[in-house]
Amino acid sequence: MSRLIAVRLFFGALTLWAVSLVVFAATQALPGDAALQILGRDATPERVEALRQQLSLNDPVAVQYMQWLQGVVQGDLGTSFSNRQPVAEFLAEPVMNSLILMGWSALVATPIALSVGAFSALRRDRSFDHTASMGTLVIASIPEFVVGILLILLLGPGGLDLFPSVYAREGGIDQWILPVLTLSLAVAPPIVRMMRATMIEVLESEYVQQARLKGMSERTVLLRHAAPNAIGPVAQVVALQLAWLAGGVVAIEFLFNFPGVGKVLMDAIENRDVPLIQASVLLIAGVYIVVNLIADVIGLAANPKVRVANR
Amino acid sequence: MTDEQSTALSVEGLTVIGRPSDVEIISDVSVGVERGRILGLVGESGSGKTTLGLSLLAHCKRATEITRGRLVVAGHDLTDLDERGVRELRGRAVAYIPQSPASALNPALRLGVQLAEALHDSTRTKADATARVREVLREVALPDDDAFLRRYPHQLSGGQQQRVAIAMAFVGRPDVIVLDEPTTGLDVTTQKHVLETIRAMTRDYGTAGVYISHDMAVVADLADEIAVMYRGRIVEHGGAQEVLSAPEHPYTRKLLAAVPLLRTSGHEDPGEGPEPLLRVSGLAAGYGRTRVLENIDVSVSPGECVALLGESGSGKTTLSRSLAGLHHEFTGEVLFDGDRLATSSYRRTAEQRRRIQYVFQNPYEALNPRKRVRDQILGPYRHLVGRPADADDVVAEALEKAALPASYADRYPEQLSGGERQRVCIARAVATRPDMLICDEITSALDVSVQSEIVALLRGLQDEGMALLFVTHNIALVSNIAERVAILQGGRVAEQGTVGQIMSAPEHGYTRALIADTPDFEPAAAIES
Repeated sequence: MSRLIAVRLFFGALTLWAVSLVVFAATQALPGDAALQILGRDATPERVEALRQQLSLNDPVAVQYMQWLQGVVQGDLGTSFSNRQPVAEFLAEPVMNSLILMGWSALVATPIALSVGAFSALRRDRSFDHTASMGTLVIASIPEFVVGILLILLLGPGGLDLFPSVYAREGGIDQWILPVLTLSLAVAPPIVRMMRATMIEVLESEYVQQARLKGMSERTVLLRHAAPNAIGPVAQVVALQLAWLAGGVVAIEFLFNFPGVGKVLMDAIENRDVPLIQASVLLIAGVYIVVNLIADVIGLAANPKVRVANR
Repeated sequence: MTDEQSTALSVEGLTVIGRPSDVEIISDVSVGVERGRILGLVGESGSGKTTLGLSLLAHCKRATEITRGRLVVAGHDLTDLDERGVRELRGRAVAYIPQSPASALNPALRLGVQLAEALHDSTRTKADATARVREVLREVALPDDDAFLRRYPHQLSGGQQQRVAIAMAFVGRPDVIVLDEPTTGLDVTTQKHVLETIRAMTRDYGTAGVYISHDMAVVADLADEIAVMYRGRIVEHGGAQEVLSAPEHPYTRKLLAAVPLLRTSGHEDPGEGPEPLLRVSGLAAGYGRTRVLENIDVSVSPGECVALLGESGSGKTTLSRSLAGLHHEFTGEVLFDGDRLATSSYRRTAEQRRRIQYVFQNPYEALNPRKRVRDQILGPYRHLVGRPADADDVVAEALEKAALPASYADRYPEQLSGGERQRVCIARAVATRPDMLICDEITSALDVSVQSEIVALLRGLQDEGMALLFVTHNIALVSNIAERVAILQGGRVAEQGTVGQIMSAPEHGYTRALIADTPDFEPAAAIES
């Protein structure tokens, strides 16, 4: 199994490198000139040229990429164009905020989604199942920022006035509730559906029938016989959804004015702050890859054939 | 001994219906089994025998329900008990051995856990339970060490899995045991050992057995009594000897007549056939570094049926796939009608591919569920022969050869029974008018009664000059259908010759074991009358 994980790690690194290429190419293709943007009204041709020299914007693209990559590998993400701070330092706090936001959303959404899915499978074709199925379908078909807006209208100051709708630096813990709720609703539906489908398949299997025929209690049947066989496939979907969170936070952070990596990315794009854009996107991609890697490992570990064969 | 003590299972007027249609799946079944005896429950797919078997544990599949009847196991009426009460009795009063242990053992749980939990008895200590598990593993001739208890089902062979399933059923010393075709998918040698184990265990434990099967030969070998099920009813019930020697119901007679008998004498010598159509010499094949076949020489003449006989893992499917061009990791010479065949079907000419057709083992997987029979048949025809002048004609002719009415052309596979599906597969294969059919275990997924119909169909094709390569693990079938046989063991031809030679004077020890392990089944004179 460790060999399989090593292979997955290698491909993870490879993917990250491919992402770095794409990100770099994309930032090169951004319209506008960083030097012009930074200088703003003070831009004279001489000063722009001097700044371009200073930022190495005149070097060939390949050289720029190699220099950047070298820095990234050594942990140096460069210096922000717009505020002259090292990118790593500047990103530390927003990244932390985003990770906490994602973590809470995952913690809220996953157990609830798994339970709803499993319960739907048990109550197949009864009213709970139909309601859950309708509900997930409706939520899944609405874009997440619309869900966010609806929640603000409903629970925010304009509606029931339960929670603040905009994040403020000095605000309390309750300002996390709406962003977490929105993200949770956005990631949950596919998990519910996958869990339901997998559980139905597992519950119809002969080994579950055999467990019942052995006189096992329904609790043992579910927890000991059904659940371990459902983990593998469901873990993949959970991971995909959590990985989606890494990118999904961008729109949600913007909506709630939440000071996370998504908001930084939006601002950086506005300012043509190339090093900041590159670092943010690379981080988001990194989270995506790591979460998927974890899911792969869980999927492998849940499969006794893989677990035993590679000992 | 009072009746109460000697009768372990007594069923009266049991009826199970399907919801929501309210169709009776089994109707008014009454049957009883005494301790230490085995009742054979025989019927073909759809006769309700599995439904009856499951209802003996008061278990109903989804959308079915027991509506009437009494079901007394070891003095408890299961129909009176609530869910909890039934659960208490399962595994202890009545246990179940499934058809396919490969799918009935939980792939994610170690054997030790699955065996010990079957012994759900709160009075036992853990050590005591483990000791009991070890004891029962020894009884079914499996290792009882810790390493074995820590294994997962996938680490066992098919025969070992079935022994584990048997051990799991007997660990709680049940009064009644229900066996649902537990030897399907096992080769004859393993089947024989499993049947012996079942026989010994029911005798030693004084357990009443209900053995469900579609194969009269196995039941005749094992059962004390036989009940024949047909369309949800028991149409005949009596002592095994009576039923076998003097069957009363026509359906019983049909079932008995369908069993292929192992003929060890009376074969005609086919003599020197015409020039072989297919000649294989020195074929070796494998998957990557694993060698599966070595040094295979086989030939098939037009109008001849050559059987490839071997148990699972002997390489017979790899050989037939190699010949069809589906498996191309092989070396050696394959001559078809004098021309050398390329290893991969992609590099064979359309004409070569047209002339060799393949029928797959499992008709439930070999037909595209979204296409009508007509399109299934026309697909390969258009590809290999070209656009037909009259498509209806091609379809009708192919269906006729497979003994199906032309009206079946518009059906989808799900509207067909297993036997009909296999006929469609054959129709699809013969539509292009091939010279040779490779039949890979084409009857193993079908009932014995359907098997005999398919075999009769193949005979007809053979009489019209078709060469057949018939792959099977069933030696009795071989003795009835083939002219010549090659016996495969561990990837090599153990013995080869005319069926008459091999059946009457087998030379190889493996062939002798196969003949000896096949259930003895002497048809009664009554069938012929």
